[in-house]
Amino acid sequence: MSDFGRRHHDMGGLDSDPVEATEHDYAYWEKKIDAIRRLLADEKRKMFTVDEMRRGIEELGAKAYDEMSYYERWAASTTNVLIEKGIISIDELGRRMSEVEERLKAEASE
Amino acid sequence: MKEHHHHDHGHHHPKQPDIEDQPITYYKVMTEALAELLVEKGVITAGELRAQMEEQNSRSPAFGAKLIARAWIDDSFKSRLIADVNAAAAELDIDAGDIPIRGVENTDDVHNIVVCTLCSCYPRSLIGLPPDWYKSRAYRSRTVREPRRVLGEFGTTLPEDVEVRVHDSTADLRFLVIPKRPDGTDGLDEVQLADLVTRDSMIGVSMAKTPA
Repeated sequence: MSDFGRRHHDMGGLDSDPVEATEHDYAYWEKKIDAIRRLLADEKRKMFTVDEMRRGIEELGAKAYDEMSYYERWAASTTNVLIEKGIISIDELGRRMSEVEERLKAEASE
Repeated sequence: MKEHHHHDHGHHHPKQPDIEDQPITYYKVMTEALAELLVEKGVITAGELRAQMEEQNSRSPAFGAKLIARAWIDDSFKSRLIADVNAAAAELDIDAGDIPIRGVENTDDVHNIVVCTLCSCYPRSLIGLPPDWYKSRAYRSRTVREPRRVLGEFGTTLPEDVEVRVHDSTADLRFLVIPKRPDGTDGLDEVQLADLVTRDSMIGVSMAKTPA
């Protein structure tokens, strides 16, 4: 089978390593980004379909796809699509991230 | 940097190790920032976010196991479960969500296994969030091509004459494997049967447990 046109996420049928039956308890922030995505996609909002979500993940590129964790990709995709839609701006996100980081560091050192 | 410490409710938080001892990573920070902005803009409320997290936390393989145990003791329920998992679940007051889920039954002749080659689609309303391996490159790549070898890596060996069917989940259709009822379970009641049904057996990478 030719791999012409196959994108990075489209891996069905390729060779790979043995399956390692790994799992971890999801962190609070992982459950939070999961919940945010579901709320944005629900009947009340219909702001963000699962297909848009996956397109956002696939657009992160091959390197990011391999190096980022699953929910890191979710967070990046959700954020990018919300910026694209004009629901949040990149400036306000950057400012808020600085504030959140300061706050979390302060709380951790209390 | 206390001037950036936005405690706007005037009291000191008790330490919350499960929340605060997580490393402060870039994407954790992004998620918290995103949540705050969406709440401030009125896109979501803090209550909706909390309720949604609780809802997903409440979902465990116990929901799926209840359906399987009922199917094992009631053939007509099993037929309805195969035809339409969502409707059959509603009979037991279980909300399986809006995305259609199809039941696929393991028998002496057929073994079903579920994968999502493109990402991570999974019947999370019935068995909780998918484990890491379900989303791994190895599982997603190889299951459609060499399912017997993948099954072997989970310690599951099938006789050669058993047909293996691989189901590739999508955003629009998901699958729940109905594992084979183990031998030696004739005397068990529905609750005892449900205890034998594992998450992995409903994905199809293993069999239901045999009674102790």
